[in-house]
Amino acid sequence: MATVTAPAPGRRRRTPLARREARWAYLFLAPWIVGFLVFSAGPMIASLWLSFTEYDVINPPEYTGLDNYRQLMSDPAVARSLGNTVYYTALHVPLVMLISLGLALLLKRVGRLQGFFRTVFYLPVMTPAVAVGILFLLLLNTQDGLINRVLGLVGIDGPSWTTDPGWVMPGIILMSLWSLGSTVIIYLAALQNVPRDLYEAAAIDGAGPWARFRSVTLPMISGALFFTLIVNTIASLQMFTEVYTMYFGNRQTQNSFNSDAATFYVIHLFQEAFQFLHMGFASAMAWLLFVIILIITLIQVKLSNRFVYYEGEDT
Amino acid sequence: MTTAVERGAASPVSGISPARPAAPRSAAGAGRRSPWQRVLFVVALVGAAVIFMLPFVWLVSASLRPREYVFAPGFLPVPFAPENYAEAWRAVPLVTWFGNSVVVGVAAAAAATLSSAWVAFGFAYFRFPGRNLLFGLVLATMMLPFAVTMIPTYLIWSDLGLTDTQVPLWAGNLFGSAFYIFLLRQFLLALPREYFEAARVDGASYPQLFWKMAFPLIRPALLVAFVFEFKASWTDLLKPLIYLRNEQLYTLPRGLKVVLDRFGYGGEQQWEIVLAGSVLATVPMIILFFLAQRHFVEGIATTGRKG
Repeated sequence: MATVTAPAPGRRRRTPLARREARWAYLFLAPWIVGFLVFSAGPMIASLWLSFTEYDVINPPEYTGLDNYRQLMSDPAVARSLGNTVYYTALHVPLVMLISLGLALLLKRVGRLQGFFRTVFYLPVMTPAVAVGILFLLLLNTQDGLINRVLGLVGIDGPSWTTDPGWVMPGIILMSLWSLGSTVIIYLAALQNVPRDLYEAAAIDGAGPWARFRSVTLPMISGALFFTLIVNTIASLQMFTEVYTMYFGNRQTQNSFNSDAATFYVIHLFQEAFQFLHMGFASAMAWLLFVIILIITLIQVKLSNRFVYYEGEDT
Repeated sequence: MTTAVERGAASPVSGISPARPAAPRSAAGAGRRSPWQRVLFVVALVGAAVIFMLPFVWLVSASLRPREYVFAPGFLPVPFAPENYAEAWRAVPLVTWFGNSVVVGVAAAAAATLSSAWVAFGFAYFRFPGRNLLFGLVLATMMLPFAVTMIPTYLIWSDLGLTDTQVPLWAGNLFGSAFYIFLLRQFLLALPREYFEAARVDGASYPQLFWKMAFPLIRPALLVAFVFEFKASWTDLLKPLIYLRNEQLYTLPRGLKVVLDRFGYGGEQQWEIVLAGSVLATVPMIILFFLAQRHFVEGIATTGRKG
């Protein structure tokens, strides 16, 4: 029942105090709003527009319609770099998740030594990516690198990691596994939050170690597993620094093997934009990457609804 | 105070939340396990630890050997050649690059931390129309690939005449960064609201609430943001690659790339110089980790941020 004092329908009456508060709120938000418009939303629209033009920074952009996208679809170099990136992601992400989970499970069980080992696994993450690239370029050296020397000790004739086009990508994946420390820490935190009584209840029901892992541990950390799947996938699709350091940016390095076996998508994009000044084409590449990341993430989210268990949810 | 705030920080994803140090670890579970099993676990971890540490050992040791011994077998720096570092020092402006990295890193970290805390306070304290929508947008920007905004952002700095200066390497951080806004808001939400309202009654202004009350209370979280952003800036290659031409302005990673191209592959394979430079770029990060270990571990566990 409407009374005289009730606010007019459709118009929420706000007290002067609330309005004053809202003004202050927007003042606090102002830096982010400005930054969002200038450095996120604006550039997104600009790059979408540039993707329909030919632009070399010196001359004004020239509208070319869908030309860039047509070229994108038929350019073998783009296809190759995309293929390399997908190949890398498809191996890097599951390997990182598996090894990290194994290490986190071990870490959970060693009591006070945990802190020490956690540090050991995290230090590679602190190493600047350029230094990682340089270090592994030498570790992967065919004749004298540490990795092939170790393989030699067990009688394996190590491959030419840095010069054989077929072995360049496995070498890069090997390097990438060195820096999996953050994933270990995320899993360890998740494992430590699994309530102990769940294990005890499972043990009373006669569940062995494997059954406990399958029906208690995995569901309870599925949120963390899913989260690292998404974050690691997005990051690997944008792999740049280590590989650029190793194989690009200098004529000699580029000629070290006659192949584009190490060209990642973002490296190719970077070269198109800042070496060949094909800003329009590079913008189209960027948008294709954005759409790919969006689709993969959506698929992963959809799948997660089936597999991820959230606490407090009836199942 | 600190622990109460830290424990209050909820997590974005179920299953990821700050490690609970209080959780009884070795009580029931480990009790059932035989000591032999534990020894086995430790042995497995030691094996993994050796594999993870060998690259570091080799890096430091090889950087201390003469050129012709860089690839020699073994992990000891024999013959010992510390003069590699002096040689690297003379060959390239390492000190300048080091200084640039410190200046840019501090500017980037301070800008990101302060602005993100300011914005986070806005999201945590006030109720206003559109808050959830705006916060959703903040989270959405985390998904935006750098490549999409890279070119227009370059054109902005270029129009401002600021390419080939260090400004683009940190000034973008003045507008808050989604990760830290998210992180700091979580910590701010855990502070009791009555505490702030009491101060309001006593006549404190909103900026005073932020600066005098919230800011000191969330210091641990501010440190998390600061060390993460400092590390991100210190290790970044892409931005210096895009913006810097003048070698005197280079940061260490950019300089290191030049060292590799000039003395390693491109030059006379003077790997000892390249390795000495790599050690110099890495050591400050290792020191930073040991100084701020707790903050790194907490930051990753809370936000799930990738290194």
